[in-house]
Amino acid sequence: MIESIDPGQVNWARAQFAMTAMYHWIFVPLTLGLSFLCAFFETIYVRTGTPEWKRLTRFWMSLFAVNFAIGVATGIILEFEFGTNWSNYSWMVGDIFGAPLAIEGILAFFLEATFFAVMFFGWDRVSKRMHLFSTWMVALGSNLSALWILVANGWMQSPIGMRFNPETARFEMQDLWAVVSSKVAISHFAHATSSGFLLASLFVIGVSSWFLLKGRHQLFAKRSIAVAATFGLLSALFVAFTGDEHAYITVQTQPMKLAAMEGLYEGQVPTGLIAIGVVNPAKKTGDDQPPFIAKVEIPGLLSLLAHRKFGTFVAGIDDLVWGNPEHGVVGVDEKIRRGTLAVTALADFKQARKAGDDISAQIALDEFRQHEEYLGYGHLQTPEEAVPPVGLTFYSFRTMVGLGTFFILLFLLFLYQSARRGLEKNRWLLKLGMLSVLLGYVAGQAGWIVTEVGRQPWAIQGLLPVGVARSNLDTGTVALTFFIFLALFTTLLIAEVKIMARQIALGPEGDAT
Amino acid sequence: MPGKIVTFYLDGFRNMRLGRTLWKIILLKLVILFAVVKWLFFPDVLKVNYDSDAARAEHVLQRLTQRLEMEAECD
Repeated sequence: MIESIDPGQVNWARAQFAMTAMYHWIFVPLTLGLSFLCAFFETIYVRTGTPEWKRLTRFWMSLFAVNFAIGVATGIILEFEFGTNWSNYSWMVGDIFGAPLAIEGILAFFLEATFFAVMFFGWDRVSKRMHLFSTWMVALGSNLSALWILVANGWMQSPIGMRFNPETARFEMQDLWAVVSSKVAISHFAHATSSGFLLASLFVIGVSSWFLLKGRHQLFAKRSIAVAATFGLLSALFVAFTGDEHAYITVQTQPMKLAAMEGLYEGQVPTGLIAIGVVNPAKKTGDDQPPFIAKVEIPGLLSLLAHRKFGTFVAGIDDLVWGNPEHGVVGVDEKIRRGTLAVTALADFKQARKAGDDISAQIALDEFRQHEEYLGYGHLQTPEEAVPPVGLTFYSFRTMVGLGTFFILLFLLFLYQSARRGLEKNRWLLKLGMLSVLLGYVAGQAGWIVTEVGRQPWAIQGLLPVGVARSNLDTGTVALTFFIFLALFTTLLIAEVKIMARQIALGPEGDAT
Repeated sequence: MPGKIVTFYLDGFRNMRLGRTLWKIILLKLVILFAVVKWLFFPDVLKVNYDSDAARAEHVLQRLTQRLEMEAECD
């Protein structure tokens, strides 16, 4: 990429953003899922009138409150980082992100100021139905807030509904509906929020398993498990469905990411799926080394998953980097050529504007429009730069999918033992339930690694590489703020775990919201 | 009606127990984030370094075409 880039600074800025986003995603999925579980518990209370369900609802609501309070505003830090570490990017996307983030901010404010207050202050002060309505609104509102953030992220993965304005150097919104209804954004939202439901179900099961292992609040714990395992199973199945859909869309919008997820270098007809494998770390695109040291391959399956059809061609990294005319794949080398034309036209446009030469500016603009979809490639120097880290993407993807499959079995086991009234007798299952809370977080983080690492080197897919998106700052400054945030987030996480553990130890009798 | 709403909120805050700790954490966090971290370490780089939107646009455009300009200089 550009000669003057300090890779140390870019990497510190990337690391800082990744760390902030990963910590943020510790708090967010639990909020998304636990809000719905609280709504389910309260609905049962309102329908049955049984005080036990009210006690149960209030207990989980108190844990929801802890998580929400500790997690709130951790996402704001990402916005700080945009303005400081990624100022060029921030300038360029301001028009696109402004609308979704403003909607999110207004929605969150009204939601928190009204329904949150009724949910926490309104027990015995408003009618049962009004309280239940507020709890549902908090659940819906929290998840709708996530929609806007994921729409913004989806746009970065597949930029549509906009046009680059070379006068202002900004991407300008042309069609808000196209941005909001983009299939990437929708599948992203469905997959991410349902993974939050799954995690929250694991959390409820994990805490309830602890109660059962300790012989405390047994009826309370069994009721919680029955609801959470049902919701968890449905969520896990939906996560699998949306994950498959998401991968299918990725083939069309980010084929390089899909190739990295699969460790696929040379596409074949049909293409097999590597179920388990050890990636060869020495493998580079275009060389003769094998991509895997060891692998278990399912013949033809990737063709089916990628194109919904057996015997189809799936492009590999080498095909995408060097091109494959036989299968109509344009290589990165060709995209760099077109991207360079776009950048050249942009430079000509700038110069002509400065000189007040409107005719030359218009000619340059017309030239730019012909190649603008490859703008980002004009900043790459070699085709290999378009390849994301394959090993990390490959292993993270398998971690996520493997754990997702395991969770389906786990929820089934919990449901089965709940129905047989055999939960207390299977202490190993209860211990596994507790461990699975941690595994739920691992799966969620692995999913985000696939999403974000797999799309490198792009800040905006195909249009803006991270090296151009960043600000010109000292490496030391970015490294310093990395450690400040690390300390801040770790403190918050410790606070969350401590307060949460205290509330759990108090149990449903200790409700004190 | 407005009086009832105010009373609702006041009573709610007054009767909080766990909520008190959580509010303290939220307020402390916001002070650290906005009064310390944002103010000291996270300036809006383009806002601080450039006076107008036109100057900011010019800077970003320059970054977008920098590679070519550097290559031209080398030639």
